[in-house]
Amino acid sequence: MINRIYEPTSGTITIDGVEVHALNDSDLRRHIGYVIQQTGLFPHMRVAANVAVVPKLLKWDSRHIDQRINELLWLVGLPPEQYARRYPTQLSGGEQQRVGLARALAAKPATMLMDEPFGALDAITRSRLQGELKRIHQQIAQTVLFVTHDIEEAVRLADRIVVMREGRIVQVGSPLEIVSSPVDGFVSDLVGAGDVLRRLSLMPAGAAMQPLNGKVPDTTLTIDKHAFLREALGMLVESGRSHLTVTEGNIPIGTLNMESIQHAAAPPEPAGNSQT
Amino acid sequence: MSLDYFFNHLDTIRDLSLEHLRISLTALLIALPIALIVSVVGVWFKPARQPLLWTVGALYTVPSLAMLAFLIPSQGLGLRPTLILLVIYAQVFLVRNTITALTGVDASILEAARGVGMTPLQVLWKVWLPLALPVILAGIRIALITIIGLAILGGWVNAGGLGELLFAGVNTNNPPKVLAGLIAIVIVAVLADILLRIIEYLTPISRARRA
Repeated sequence: MINRIYEPTSGTITIDGVEVHALNDSDLRRHIGYVIQQTGLFPHMRVAANVAVVPKLLKWDSRHIDQRINELLWLVGLPPEQYARRYPTQLSGGEQQRVGLARALAAKPATMLMDEPFGALDAITRSRLQGELKRIHQQIAQTVLFVTHDIEEAVRLADRIVVMREGRIVQVGSPLEIVSSPVDGFVSDLVGAGDVLRRLSLMPAGAAMQPLNGKVPDTTLTIDKHAFLREALGMLVESGRSHLTVTEGNIPIGTLNMESIQHAAAPPEPAGNSQT
Repeated sequence: MSLDYFFNHLDTIRDLSLEHLRISLTALLIALPIALIVSVVGVWFKPARQPLLWTVGALYTVPSLAMLAFLIPSQGLGLRPTLILLVIYAQVFLVRNTITALTGVDASILEAARGVGMTPLQVLWKVWLPLALPVILAGIRIALITIIGLAILGGWVNAGGLGELLFAGVNTNNPPKVLAGLIAIVIVAVLADILLRIIEYLTPISRARRA
């Protein structure tokens, strides 16, 4: 509905205060990057031509377009000399989705719409692309609206999560808020209230650690503050040590032991409605 | 049976072949936009699809000689009834293949085309037609071969072309003349077939599929 592929039956949608209905639909779509699950690449065009579609619609000059294609293929990890002249069918699913991402980014849209982009990929490829999307997002800082059914994906990628059920918004908040204080039984089921490991894989180390308070940390075993507790637990079990040092960009900021992990893993109490 | 007539009248045969080809291509050029409009109606307006396919199919089942005879009282002799005949008979191949080709394109690709901001006309021109092109071209190829064969009937109503040679050969009991006409018509048809196959081969989507 945001890019008017579907029209709302009531209500309005605004982007930066501009109502989307005030705009010509094709124009609107050219300024919203769009990535879909089936990649939607044009099979009769080479990779370069696929990426160039929107800039061409916007009538950029060809030198500018070529430059942009180069830049984007590097950004999404597909060296142009190797990939630009290939056809979509010559690429793996993960590579196709990288091209889909490059195509969506091509005209530097202020907003991106990603509709379950990694849903059809195998777990390893999905996880790698999630990491890269996060990196790319940090590089270009734009708004990405990412639709997913995978709560772990949502927690890993999002700054803000909107939980929807049957077309209605159930809860809005940071990943940590959603995981640690779900508003009702639906959200708590979603974040795995009855599954400790599930919750540990949704909660970052930084949220459960104790600050250093001036102590000098033992840095033999460290974990990034964005890594999830499940990984931290694994490290503790494997090493047999009593605690880990949590770092932020290689600087120690806190410690994590079994007790703090247990505390963080305690089932959240859904506010309001009792659990079903 | 001797090939003497063929080799002794190469100029005449070449001229008649070119005329035959010109009649056939003219018919194809008239038939194409009609078929495209009919097909697009059939694709956009689903209830009309089957009736349209049925109609062009039914027209094709009318014996061609009977159809031509039927056209003569209103259209007279010459090129006019011949072209009308050819345009009618080409429809079945053009419409059937074009509808099959257009409806066969993956809907998610068309949605992606709209999603990146193409207007409906740009979607048709940049994505839909290019993807459907090989099947549409196959329809054009079969239609053209059929037209070239049927255009022989033009010789019966003074429209020109290789039909003149064939009918003259039959009427004057001159088998070498008939054979010459036969060889020429086969050459024209085979050349047309090869040319269109090359065009099919060169479409972007065919190239992508071979890559």
